[in-house]
This record gives sequence, C-alpha cells and structure tokens, in this order.
Amino acid sequence: MAEQGREVYAIECREITKAFGQVVANDKINLNVKYGEILALLGENGSGKTTLMNMLSGIYHPDSGQIFIKGREVKINSPVDAMKLGIGMIHQHFKLVDAFRAMDNIVLGTPGRKEKSRDMSEKIRKTGEAYGLEIEPEKYVSEMSVSEKQTVEILKVLYKGAEILILDEPTAVLTPQETDRLFAILRKMKEKGCAIIIITHKLQEVLSISDRVTILRKGKSIETVDTSLCDAKKLTELMVGRPVSLKIERPKVPDPETIFKVVDLTVRKPDNSKAIDDISFEIRRGEILGVAGVAGSGQKELCEAIAGLLHAEKGAILFHKENILGKTPSEIIEKGVSMSFVPEDRLGMGLVASMGMTDNMLLKSYQKGKGPFIQRRPARELAQRLIDKLDIVTPGTETPVRLLSGGNVQKVLLGREIESSPSVLITAYPVRGLDINSSYTVYDLLNEQKKKNVAVMYIGEDLDVLLELSDRIMVLCHGKITGIVDAAKTTKEEIGMMMTGEKHGGLS
Amino acid sequence: MSNTAENLRKEPLLRVVKRAELPTGKIILLRLLAVLLSLIAGGIFIACVGQNPFVIYMTIISGACRSVMAFQGTIKLMIPLLITSLGVTLAFKMKFWNIGAEGQIIFGATCATFFALFFSGLNHVLLILIMFLSGFIGGGLWGLIPAVFKVKYNTNETLFTLMLNYIALHIVSYLRDGPWMDPGSQGFPKIARFDKNASLDKLFGIQFGWLIALILVVLVFLYLKYAKQGYEISVVGESQDTARYAGMNVKKIVLRTMFLSGGICGLAGMIQATGSDITLTTSVAGGVGFTAIIIAWLAQLNPFAILLVSFLFSVLEKGSSVVQSNFGLSTDCADVLQGIILFFILGCEFFIRYRFLFREGNHGTDTVKKEKEG
Repeated sequence: MAEQGREVYAIECREITKAFGQVVANDKINLNVKYGEILALLGENGSGKTTLMNMLSGIYHPDSGQIFIKGREVKINSPVDAMKLGIGMIHQHFKLVDAFRAMDNIVLGTPGRKEKSRDMSEKIRKTGEAYGLEIEPEKYVSEMSVSEKQTVEILKVLYKGAEILILDEPTAVLTPQETDRLFAILRKMKEKGCAIIIITHKLQEVLSISDRVTILRKGKSIETVDTSLCDAKKLTELMVGRPVSLKIERPKVPDPETIFKVVDLTVRKPDNSKAIDDISFEIRRGEILGVAGVAGSGQKELCEAIAGLLHAEKGAILFHKENILGKTPSEIIEKGVSMSFVPEDRLGMGLVASMGMTDNMLLKSYQKGKGPFIQRRPARELAQRLIDKLDIVTPGTETPVRLLSGGNVQKVLLGREIESSPSVLITAYPVRGLDINSSYTVYDLLNEQKKKNVAVMYIGEDLDVLLELSDRIMVLCHGKITGIVDAAKTTKEEIGMMMTGEKHGGLS
Repeated sequence: MSNTAENLRKEPLLRVVKRAELPTGKIILLRLLAVLLSLIAGGIFIACVGQNPFVIYMTIISGACRSVMAFQGTIKLMIPLLITSLGVTLAFKMKFWNIGAEGQIIFGATCATFFALFFSGLNHVLLILIMFLSGFIGGGLWGLIPAVFKVKYNTNETLFTLMLNYIALHIVSYLRDGPWMDPGSQGFPKIARFDKNASLDKLFGIQFGWLIALILVVLVFLYLKYAKQGYEISVVGESQDTARYAGMNVKKIVLRTMFLSGGICGLAGMIQATGSDITLTTSVAGGVGFTAIIIAWLAQLNPFAILLVSFLFSVLEKGSSVVQSNFGLSTDCADVLQGIILFFILGCEFFIRYRFLFREGNHGTDTVKKEKEG
C-alpha cells in the first residue's frame, strides 16, 4: 500500500470483519481514501457496502479489524464519535425533522447555545457558498423537494466540520439533472480537500464521478482500481465475478390490441392530496409499458388503484372493456390482473416473510380449494417447479422466505404471479435490490410473458433499463403523465426532462 | 481533542451480538438450562426465608400429584388456564393484543349464569348446551367490541380490552348486589348456588370441562395449521398489507378471529362457573386471563405446548397451596417463585437470539471463530 512513500489516508480500513449471526456481511475488508479524492464503493446488493459504512459512522461495531483515521487507530462506538472524527454520513433515507426549518435541522446536535436566527442563517449560508451549495436556511423541510432535502443533509454534516463524507446511494431519488448538480457539488468538495465515499450500483455514475473504485463482492473487497483505467464492462465483471452481457432483448410486439385502459383516473392520498391526477393511458397485449418517474410520483397509488386497494375519486379502469374500478381486490385477481409490487423492504406486500415457499404460493389462491381446509400439496408442487425453473436457491419449500437472499425472494414473488397466468401483469420495482444476474433473469421472465401476449406494465427506477426493456415509456410527475414516448426513439435526457415536469410535445 | 481521541481507542466493555439461528436441539437445551437456573435461584430465595429448598420443591410436586384428590384439584386449576390460553392464542397469532381475556371469561360466565339461574328447569342436556352457547357468544361479543372499534377507528386494542375487563367485573358486582342477589342469603351479597340441573357433570371425578379443553387443543391446532381461516390469521398477523394485496378482507378476518378468541375465553368462564364454582362470583376469572397470556407466549402459541405449560403452571399453583398449609409459607412466596421462573425463561429467549461479547485485549480473528462454534 506504500506506493508513494508514507501517505496519510483520511480513512483506512484493515481487515474489517462483521457478522450478523451466520451471515458474514463483511469479510476482511480493506479500503482507503485520501483527502481530496472521491472513492466509489461499488457492489451488488448484499455485498456489504452499507454495513461497512455503518461501521465507519459508528452505528455498528466491527467484530475484528482496525480503522485508522488520519493515520491513527480509532474505535468508533457511536455516531457522536464519528462526528468528532470528522466523518459525516448521508443516509439513503433522509434523517431530517420535517417540522423544522433547514437551519434548525443543520444545527441540531451541535454543542453550545443556540445562536440567534439571523446569525445562524448567515453562517449556514456562508458554509454553503464555500461549497457551492444553494440553500434557503429559513425554509421548512416539509416544503422542500427531494434534492433540496439532500442539500440540507450534506450541509448538516459539513457544518459540523466533517471532512470525510459518506453518501449512501445519493442518486436513487434524484432525476438525471439533479444528479449532475449533486456531482458538481461533490467535485467542489473534493477540490476543498474533502475525502468522499460514494456508495452506488449505477456504473455510469461511478465512471463519471469517482477517482478510484473499490469493488465489494459477497462481503469481500475484491479490488481497488483507478476509474480512468476502467469501463462499465470491466466494472461489471469485477462486481459479478464473471463476464455478463449487458444487452436486454426487446422482442417485437406482434398484436397491438389494447386490453387494458385507464381513463381520467384521479386518486387521492389519505392526506387528501392528489396522488394520481387525471391520467389516461392504455396497455396493449404483448408489450411492456415502462413507467418512469422520480420516487413518489404516484406509482404506488396507481398500482393500488388498479389492484382495487385504493379508492379512486374519478375515472375508470377498463379491462376487456369492463370497468374494474370498485371491484374488490379478490375479484380483480380472479379476472387475471396480476400485481407484483416490490416495496422498499422487499417483503412487505407480496410475500409473508415467516412462511415457507409453499404457504406463499397459496397467498392468492388458497380460497380456490373446496372445503374449509387448505390444500397444500399442489402448492408444494408449484413451489418445487419454480425452484427448478428459476434456479431459486433455498434449502427447501418450507424454509421461511425471509431466510432467502433478495434475488431469490423476488424470483419467488414474480414466479408466483407468472404461474397464475395473468393477462395483465403489473410489476413495480421487480429488480429492486437485485444483483445484475438476477435482474437479467427477471427481464427475461418479463420478455417471456410479453411473448405469451401478456400486457405488462413495468414500473422501474433505472432509466437505462427502462429504455432498453420497454416498448413505450410513460413518465409520471407529481401524479400527472408528462409524456408517453416510444422507447426506441427517445433519449435518457428527454425522459429526465419529463420526470421534472416538462410536458412532452407530441404524445405517441 | 486529544482526550476524545484517547477515548476513541477503547471498545465498550460489553457488546450485544446477534447469534446465528440455533438448531432446535440447542434451543431446547438452553431452555432447560434456564429452568434449572431458575430453580437454583428460587432455591436461594427459599433458603433465604429459612426453608430447605429441596423439601419445598418436593412438596410442590407431591402436593399437586400425591393423591387422586390432589391431582383432581390440579386439573381443576388447569381447565380455565388451558382454555383461556387457547383463546388468546388465536388473537395473538394475528398480532391482536387481546389482554381482555379476564373480561371475556367474566362476561361469558355471566351470560351462561343467566340461563343457569332463570331456566334451571329445562332439560339438562338442552340447558347445558344453551349455556355453552351463551358462554361462547357472550365472551365472543365481549371480544368483538374492541375489534369493531379497532377496524373502524383504529383504537388501541391493548387499552380497550384491558378496560373492558373492569366493566365486565363491575357488571357482575352490580348483578350480585342487585337483580341477581340470592334471595336466601339474608342480605349478604352473593349469587345463588346453581341448581344441580344447571351444573356440569363429572367425568372421572372432575367436571367434564377437562374433556372439552382437550378437544379444544386439537381443534385450535387444526384450525391454525390447516384451515383456510387459520392461514388468513397468520397472514394478517404477519402483515396487513400483504393480506390486502392478496385480496383478503382484513376487517372481516380481524372481527371473526376476535369473536372466536373471546368466545373460547367465554367458554372458559362458563366452565369455571358451572363446573367448579357452581355459582357466579366476581373472582370467576381470578387472574386466569393474565396468566393465560404468559402461558400462550411461553408455549410459543403452539396448542400442544400450551397443554404442557398450563399443566406445569397448575402444578406450581396447587403445590404451593400445600406448601402454604404445611410450612406456613404464604402463597405470595409461590408468586415470587413463579416470577423467578418466568424471569429466567423469558430472559433465555434473549440468549437464544443474542450473545454478549466482552472487550478483549487482542481483538483478533479468534473472536469470530468462537462465534461460529458457539
């Protein structure tokens, strides 16, 4: 490691190991960052990125290994310790008090007496200017956009004197334009001498922002490479452990018959704000309709309205020219409209965590058998079939699904939905948190459905994937449709503009 | 700054670390160890109050089982505990915190008592059947009230069921002091003893409630494990969102399950009143509804384990009453013992899932190795 004599690293981790029960999340990980450098931490989900960063920010304690900050060995026992050492972590989910102003959030937890509002506001503005961060200290967090909130998070740690910044998937909630702005800020901080670690699994971002990349795979640090000497293909290979093709198929639509139509749909959230605002679209047989949009643009409510879980205020949802709005969820399932929604915690809605695969297969079909008792045998056979067909790794059909890895859990979920041979398949975030290989299995599954003339709606996060996989892309922004475009003829920039609310000229 | 830096070099003395999922054999071993430790700790307590722990323990066991009479007494204690534990298990499986079993027992008993007092002339079999039914429905309705408010207004079921306990209790007090007061008691507030026609028959010298309890063990087991409705309960208990996505009518399931849960508890009350007490008193529940919660959890909501645990609880209770009469130890001491045992067994659950790590001089890799073995 002594390439250029004795250089003092901002952070150096040696042989860090952390296990949760039987799961070894981090296995002898080595990592280092210099001041004035951006290090990307790349790895698939479950490779131990977040665990490692949580140890640096004092949330977990390593089982073994050493951490050096500025060349001195330290033990970080709490987030306060981390702060004292100048480490600031920006979490994926913001940790802000909504009812406070930006500046109250920023000074929260700093020692000493609270200063006068004006002084405080001035000081924060100055700190912000130094790094090129624009902020209105008096604004309430509840009134801020996602990217503004992120700015507050960043300023919060800078204000406390952090020189080492850790960002956990900061771009997940941003539009492409906001991401560019964030990266400009990060570059400025780098010039000021900060050490920055950015966690991500988007390859393009790694290539554009980082100086070096450390790749984690299955809890081990595989390699650290200079970004300038790398391309996406090589990074993927390092991340997955073998060469993978990054091409997604897009079979042609044979029979563009519309079987599913949403007309003038308006849905309100429980707080009475409009989640879906007067939207109309249709899905055709044998096509994949991609849905793009910043998180929280109404995707969830759209799904719930279609599934019959959320009451719609106005409009209609026509399936085979029959309005299914107002029908109960089980009636809608009966008709062949299948929903697989993968929420943020992955297990939340489609599966029961403590049950085995067999019982999870029964979830939507247990009522079908005659008599008051459940018939488990067909379900067990189905589970076994899915295990064989989709290569699901599990000790058995009765092992609780919470013990399976994320990829396998999603295969179970999607597999069950597909096995019910639906005519409309709605999947939301089916590759959320999946490694590259499993993601491609899911894309293949969706394409297979498409070939079977199923109408597929795919709500996704990754624009690159949406552009390759979908036939048409619908963009949602604040519950409105800002455009429905032909995926083959549009660009990422165009979609990005629509995600921020710019209407697309001609609807196709 | 140097001061803080110095502090940052130290690990905390004690850390809690999550364990790997232990094999079943090891878990059972840990639990047995906990029982053993609790007996030792209880023994120290007994020694402190000046008795020989071995003698006391032996007396508890022999006191509960030494003669047919004693054993019958133990079973009599066990019947309401067992049935009520089964009742609350249904609700707990759904993660509905029904701590109102007391109230459901009392109200079920009260409804049954109505028929025992005023329709005692009916055909015996018919009357008993009616009383069973009314006990079940009464308890069920008492359980349904908090469930209705829960699904309609999302009220807190823990507080709601708890408060209903007191209401039920005072309804009985009112009936005892007023409309249902025994005319033959010369002003002393009590409810008349039931006619023989309105009390449960005996089977092997004990009221036949024990048979019903055993049947219920099997029924509840089958219901939870194999019935569609039992499956629904598990799903709702795990995640209401999942249940809704699967097209289940969550409200209906909550209401139905709470009716059944309360109903079974009400049955326990009816059996206690007509089988053991042969009258209705304010102590018809007598804390059974709370002990049942402990039993249900100790047994991990498994009906057959509930059978075993409730038996052990009854032995302890019966045995300590013998200890009281033989050695003059107050029953409060038995409660202390019970508390000590519970403390260890519940505490052991923590050690099944976690373990402590002490600070070590050299935090080498050997820590990790040990962990894998342990």
